[in-house]
Amino acid sequence: MTEKTVVIQNSTGLHARPAALLIQKAGSFKSSIKIVKDGREADAKSLLGVMSLAIKGNESITIRAEGEDEAAAIEAMTQFLESHQE
Amino acid sequence: MEQNGKGIGAATGLAIGTAVIWKKEEVSVQERSITDLSSELQRFKQAIQATKEQVQILRKQTADRMGESEAAIFDAHLAFLDDPGFIGEMEQRINTQKQAADWACQSVTGEFSSLFSNMEDEYMRARADDIRDVGNRLLQNIMGKPPLDLGLLKPESIIIADELTPSETAQFSEAIIGMITARGSKTAHAAIMARTLGIPAVLGLGSFIQQINDGDTIILDGSSGEVIVNPKELLLSQIQEKISKQNQLQASALQEAAEDAYTSDRKRIQVLANIGSPQDVQDALANHAEGIGLFRTEFLYLENANWPTEEEQFSSYKQVLEAFPSKPVIIRTLDIGGDKHLPYAELPKEENPFLGLRAVRYCLANPDVFKTQLRALLRASVHGSLWIMFPMIGSVSEILQVKQALEECKQELATKKIPYSDQIKVGIMVEIPAAAIHADELAKEVDFMSIGTNDLTQYTLAADRGNEQVAHLYDPTHPAVLKLVKMTCAACHRAGIPAGMCGELAGDASMTEILVGLGLNELSMSAKAIPQVKQQIRKIASAEASSLALEALHKR
Repeated sequence: MTEKTVVIQNSTGLHARPAALLIQKAGSFKSSIKIVKDGREADAKSLLGVMSLAIKGNESITIRAEGEDEAAAIEAMTQFLESHQE
Repeated sequence: MEQNGKGIGAATGLAIGTAVIWKKEEVSVQERSITDLSSELQRFKQAIQATKEQVQILRKQTADRMGESEAAIFDAHLAFLDDPGFIGEMEQRINTQKQAADWACQSVTGEFSSLFSNMEDEYMRARADDIRDVGNRLLQNIMGKPPLDLGLLKPESIIIADELTPSETAQFSEAIIGMITARGSKTAHAAIMARTLGIPAVLGLGSFIQQINDGDTIILDGSSGEVIVNPKELLLSQIQEKISKQNQLQASALQEAAEDAYTSDRKRIQVLANIGSPQDVQDALANHAEGIGLFRTEFLYLENANWPTEEEQFSSYKQVLEAFPSKPVIIRTLDIGGDKHLPYAELPKEENPFLGLRAVRYCLANPDVFKTQLRALLRASVHGSLWIMFPMIGSVSEILQVKQALEECKQELATKKIPYSDQIKVGIMVEIPAAAIHADELAKEVDFMSIGTNDLTQYTLAADRGNEQVAHLYDPTHPAVLKLVKMTCAACHRAGIPAGMCGELAGDASMTEILVGLGLNELSMSAKAIPQVKQQIRKIASAEASSLALEALHKR
């Protein structure tokens, strides 16, 4: 299992549109990917799950991946969360 | 047994049909575990499949009837039905905790909807309704009781409901030929929708609707507000005859509708259509509208999850302008506030929203929103004959401010070498009594005026049009309202500019003669009303119309 903590750069957080982009990205990996915020965990491939965490800009979250491509998954998720702006 | 009820006639026309009682069923189940896991999972999967099929049908019907953008909400519903965090979570609870599918569905739906309904963001809060909607539909399918769909009714249905929301009326198919509600008034959204669809409606019937049963035969008179349940054979055949006569009248009116309308003494009255989205253009053309007298732009804002972009707006405006080459297309700038909210606009909570920051007041306070729309309008102006109309104007200084904003947008476009027409007309909607009283001064600053009778009536008579307690006080034919109409027309004539009306009153053929007598040159209405109003105009002699108007002004 690989795990990493990242700070959301998008100032408006993970609302509908960036959340949809994020789950698309997560869906391209075989690994199971979770996002954890304040002890609550959501499936990164579930739009409702990601949106239900109500992640705001500048908040820190933990990404957890488990599976054959977990390293690549963490890398891609981190890159998206740290660079996406809208 | 024959029974009679009387409500508010909200959309004219006669209909005979079969009652369909429309109730939002909220099913509720108890916690329960299961022993036969594989058949439970099968039941669950079949229910998901059935739910998806129903939502797809609703999506297609909505797209066909209302347009793609209205149908987009069902894409979200379909996405939820594939969501691993939602459906996957239910499946896991069935699998690992041996929960019954119905209980798993109800509890997961409840958890997600309460998570969303407690969020700060209004857009996210609104998603709670979608989750409940789709979760409830799935639950009903699991229980083997698929929900009644407004879109899937038998022909000749008359909907009986406590009240109808815009999202429900959006699903109406051709099978629905009339509507009856316990609550609501003549200007409720449901009433406006009924008039757009051209079906009769009686609203505000109160507890009488409880006496109507599923399958009862109903006679509905949308003009008088009368509803007859299980009528006697004789009455039924009389009404049937009347309906076929009316259909003939409408057909013959439509045949003559292509001709411009002149009074018998050759005074030309222009008859235009009110539309709410580019989808309505077809209907306007089919009924021979001589242009668009009111294009409400709110749909662009209300159906979006965020502010519509300049590009999105531009393409809608262009589409409408191109449909009416060389005919006026009056586009009204954003009118939100009052009873119309935008989830993403974060409008302040107001004690008295109808007297608050609405329409042009909101736009002037939010120049980014306002100028995005103005730029889209200016860019679209090269594709037709654009008239821009500003709502809720009450003073000359507001006109000067909106013209200033328009000028700034023109400069911006000119700097970027983006073309716009130099023939654009600028006008105002007269709906605040102050505008009518002060019309002479306002007329000097604009190219046209159009009277919005719905708001003008409610502001003049201080009667909330949405409140059934005072709905009887709301009367657009009240002499005080007609006097303001006359004052506005007179000011327009003195200034040499057209005087129009785009409120509901304009489409009421029984009022056409008085309106012409008050001095209106242009009437704009729901497309379906155009043929009969044109026919009515041809019967009018100006002198008689004037004396009839005078009489109406002095009614006690």
